[in-house]
Amino acid sequence: MLNIVGHKKIWFTLSIILVGIAVVAIATFGFQQSAELKGGTLWEFKVTGQNLSVADVQSELVNNLHITDAQVSADTGDQSFLVIFGSISEPVHQQYISELQEVWPSFQELSFQSISASVGANLRNDSIIAIILVLVGISLYIAFAFRKASRPISSWKYGWITLLTLFHDVAIPAGMLAILGHFANVQINSDIIVALLVVMGFSVHDTIVVFDRIRENLLNHRGKVPFATIINDSVNQTLARSINTSLTLILVLLALYFVGPADLQYFVLTLLVGVTTGIYSSIFIASPALVLTSKNESV
Amino acid sequence: MRRHPGLFLSLIIILAIIAGVFVYPKGVGEKVEPWKLGLDLVGGSHLVYQIDLSNVSSTDQSSVIAGLRDVIEKRVNLFGISQPDIYTSQSGNQAQLFVDLAGITNISDAINEIGQTPLLQFETVVTAASTTPSSTASSSPLNALSAASTTQYIPTNLTGQYITGATLTFDPTTNAPTVSISFNSQGATLFQQITAANVGKPLAIFLDGQLIEAPTVQQAISGGQAVISGGFTVASAQQLVERFNAGALPAPITLESQQTISPSLGSNSPDKLIVAGIIGTLLVMLFMIFYYRLLGIFAALALIIYIALTLGVFKLISVTLSLAGLAGFVLTIGTAVDANVLIFERIKEELKRGLPKSSAIEEGFRRAWPSIRDSNTSTIITSIILYFFTSSFVQGFALTLGIGTLVSLFSAITTTRLFLRFFLKDDKTPPKA
Repeated sequence: MLNIVGHKKIWFTLSIILVGIAVVAIATFGFQQSAELKGGTLWEFKVTGQNLSVADVQSELVNNLHITDAQVSADTGDQSFLVIFGSISEPVHQQYISELQEVWPSFQELSFQSISASVGANLRNDSIIAIILVLVGISLYIAFAFRKASRPISSWKYGWITLLTLFHDVAIPAGMLAILGHFANVQINSDIIVALLVVMGFSVHDTIVVFDRIRENLLNHRGKVPFATIINDSVNQTLARSINTSLTLILVLLALYFVGPADLQYFVLTLLVGVTTGIYSSIFIASPALVLTSKNESV
Repeated sequence: MRRHPGLFLSLIIILAIIAGVFVYPKGVGEKVEPWKLGLDLVGGSHLVYQIDLSNVSSTDQSSVIAGLRDVIEKRVNLFGISQPDIYTSQSGNQAQLFVDLAGITNISDAINEIGQTPLLQFETVVTAASTTPSSTASSSPLNALSAASTTQYIPTNLTGQYITGATLTFDPTTNAPTVSISFNSQGATLFQQITAANVGKPLAIFLDGQLIEAPTVQQAISGGQAVISGGFTVASAQQLVERFNAGALPAPITLESQQTISPSLGSNSPDKLIVAGIIGTLLVMLFMIFYYRLLGIFAALALIIYIALTLGVFKLISVTLSLAGLAGFVLTIGTAVDANVLIFERIKEELKRGLPKSSAIEEGFRRAWPSIRDSNTSTIITSIILYFFTSSFVQGFALTLGIGTLVSLFSAITTTRLFLRFFLKDDKTPPKA
């Protein structure tokens, strides 16, 4: 049997370092927000048979359309270009199309998104509210579901620890996104925010499995076995199922990451990191933390 | 179900086969009811309009927004777009109108058409200087008037939202084309009140923010009829009549944001997602069989039934299938067997304790239930919050995640239990003590 509870200082230190790096990364780099969140235009088009370079497109946009803030990137494989700039109105959009069609007859629009700053701000605010609601909602539910497991730890402590592990499981992938945003220009869009929310919904599964076993063992062995031992036993008894339930999800995520559509790549990566963090936190953080909160109480 | 596991199992399998045929994208199911595909799969536009409610009293706001939605829907239907999705959201004084147009290629025409719906407003006039009544005689109770010097317009409650219909008419004296509009009873009352309060004063009529005429009110007008004579040509009057009959906008709107996706961009991604989904499903099935052997085979079979039934539910309640929605469903495949893992681990424990197979199975289900319930509840909490705090694309994801989780509960508990009850009987020899 693994002595997980006994080595809790090692696990806590590791988590504090990782969460610390994540928080520092978010504080210093911030997130690269997509046009969807901060407002702006995302324009994807295709020009065939011209062998255009990014510089060609850039100079055309600056000289002909007078878009000075455009960021152009290219997918040379199918000669499509993605341009990001400030938000524009529909008549201006139509005017740009006709002007580019004159220059490049094979010009074909693939997608066009123009989002005003206020719509972006709405989405951003709603996302923050949703994240807070999920954190609080799940924690309150856990406190409610474990209301009968009151001794020697009150059900509120299960709820608080759930809140802590949820924060842990979201902070680490969020920190990764801040680092990726700084060094690889990965942008946060609504998909990524959804991934962070879903990480919370899924990562709590394993925590619940362990807590459920602790609840059951506490009822069966009350007063006979030290509390720390009950918790360590419970973690060990549920180790296989904690890992297996997440492993099946990880298998699907790996398939999505390697075979799935490229647009979902960072959505899936966020989930993969979050769910893996979730396995770690449910085994090495949540249960040892329960021991910590009840140090002064006798079983 | 305890007595006849075979019967109930057969029923579920038959239901799953029917669902499978129903959801298969080629063949009978597609003819009976085609899949409703999202913008990101078939191409199309997601338009966000800001609704200007500054001239609408707070008590009328919800009815104005609802009226606006209906009018836009009529306009969009007139344009011949299949399955438009039009919805609104309001928070405080901010209101937005969303229009999702799937499968259309020339979006600028649609944007023009939606924007050009006329906005009609009646406003009282306060003039600083004198006004000169025009000499043209008219049998209409409203007489034309040419306004001079500084004029101030004060909006009334009467707007295009109270119009029930319009017809092309001709002025009996001048033969100039005019537009007769009729109000509904509420509009008629308002019109009578406004005209009664403004006898001898001009009443300005604005169309799309442009003053078209400001006739002087001769007397209070009851009956809910008004004639607009704004120097129309027959063609422009006819066009106005058509637009009024489709509905006038009760409040002005401005296009805030748009997202347009060409079908060629969308067409590649769903195939990749489906392939990834199939590979993921096979990996999960192999893992379950490898780790749990015989029990795992039942979980794998239950997973196939789960996939058929869930897709069936999606189609039955016509969930719009978007890329995000499909992704949400693929994720539930990874979590659908979670309950099986919990149950099987429990059954293994009970067998170790020496229980006979059938009691170990029943005990496994019973004891695993609290943790299955609690963990699925947390996913459902997440999907409900996601559904109510997001719009279009993400909502599809939240919906498929939530429905998938509910069906997976049924699949893991009921389907697997029936499989085990039917196929796993106690050995004839009594278990060793």
